[in-house]
This record gives sequence, structure tokens and C-alpha cells, in this order.
Amino acid sequence: MPAGTLYRGREGMWSWVAHRVTGVTVFFFLFVHVLDTALVRVSPEAYDDTIAVYKTPIVAVMEYGLVAAVLFHALNGLRVIAVDFWARGARYQRQMLWTVVGLWALTMAGAAYPVLGHAFRELFGS
Amino acid sequence: MNKAIETTDPADATYGPDHPAPVIEPPRARTGRSPRTSRTNYELYGWVFMRMSGILLVVLVITHLLIQLVLDGGVSKVSFAFVAGRWASPFWQAWDLIMLWLAMLHGGNGLRTIINDYAERDTTRFWLKMLLYTATVFTVLLGTLVIFTFDPNIS
Repeated sequence: MPAGTLYRGREGMWSWVAHRVTGVTVFFFLFVHVLDTALVRVSPEAYDDTIAVYKTPIVAVMEYGLVAAVLFHALNGLRVIAVDFWARGARYQRQMLWTVVGLWALTMAGAAYPVLGHAFRELFGS
Repeated sequence: MNKAIETTDPADATYGPDHPAPVIEPPRARTGRSPRTSRTNYELYGWVFMRMSGILLVVLVITHLLIQLVLDGGVSKVSFAFVAGRWASPFWQAWDLIMLWLAMLHGGNGLRTIINDYAERDTTRFWLKMLLYTATVFTVLLGTLVIFTFDPNIS
């Protein structure tokens, strides 16, 4: 490790980095999402045409990435709260991170078909 | 002249009243560049808000994702008619309104922290935050207006 750095590596630092990256990702999507929803005040056609973009296979993959970012940020956020408020939180932060990663992998596996299924059917036939 | 003063290797130096050890400034010492002491608990309230809103957002957002992307055909069923059906209920209007406000303020405060961490020049930091606050206020107001003025019979 280079001298004079605050970055300590390992699970603690990388979960913190991932929390920032996923947070910024979700926040930027939120701007776009409020704008696309605002089209319901323009006309049903304008809204439906724009939502059609969300149903294309390439955007379905991006939606799966969005779900990945939201789920990690949510689960790791609960871990951060546990570290702050639970007396033994700091001691078990590493075990809690691997619990977060495990739950994240499980929920991502469960979300794969519902989020990506329609894109799969469109690309490879019904 | 005392020869020991010219010694550069600390291992050779024997410090004493006539030859004091070099002063190492404490890492958190106040200097001319330090900001003035904060007289408010604003940062504490922000810290608490991130945790309280975070817990609520886990419930609000994950339910939102289940409804929009997983249940009943996933994103394929989303349309103007689907939005009109959900916003016919004050419950889901309130749900979306609370989610909009909490998510924008939670995300806005998160991005404020990141700007403060990485933008080192005072003017860069100031203008990035002005851009952030403008975009955040605009988005919150637009979303609120859309929820309150939604008209299912618009043509």
C-alpha cells in the first residue's frame, strides 16, 4: 500500500466504492425516469412510444444492471446501518458483506427470468 | 555551530533542549485553510436522514421494482393505461410521491457528499453543487406536478 493514502483495501473499502458507484448510477437513472414518466402529461402516445424503448432487448439488459445496482445499494445500505447502530456491527462487517453478496446473487438469479425473459423470447423466438 | 543540527538521518540524531525534534503537525490541526467551525448540526441531520430514508426506500423501491419489472408480465405490461390504473388509487399516488421525494433527497445528498470528496477547487465544487441542486429541485417539482395533475382522459 502506498504511503499517505486513506484507502485500506479489502472488503471494507471495496464495498464502500461499490456503494458510491451504484448510488450514482441509480441517481442518474432516477432523473431520466422522472422525465420519461412526465410524458404522461404530454400524451398517451408520447408516453407509450418512449416506454417502448424500455421494452427493447438492449434496454432490458440495462434494466437488469439497474436492478443489480439497486439491490446491492439496498442490501449494503442495511449493512452500513447495522455497522453504525448495532454494537457488534463493526466486528461482523465482513461477514455481513458476504451475506449481502450472497443475498444479492440469489435475488439477481431470481430476477433474471422476469426482467430478461421478454428480451430472450424476442431475440430467440417464442 | 552544533554539528548535530546538520544531521539528516533521524537515527543519528539525539534530540534535546538545544536540538529539538522536528515538529510534526497533528493531522487534524486547524490551519488558515480550515473552514470555520460549524455552528449547526446540519451534517448530523443529513447523516440520520440518509439512514432513515434508506430503510424506507428499501421497502418502497423494491416493491416498486417487483410491481413494474417482475409481476404480471414485467415491463411488457407498462403503458399509459397501466399508469392511469395505478394512479386512480390515492394509495399508489402517495407511494410514488413519497418515493420520489425520499429518493431524490437521498440521492442528492449522496451526490453532494461525493462532490465534496472529489472536487478540490472551491469554484468547481461550488458550481457542481449548484448544478446538482438545480437539477434536484427541478426533478422533484416536475415529478410532484405530474403526480398531482395526472389526467387519465388527456388526448
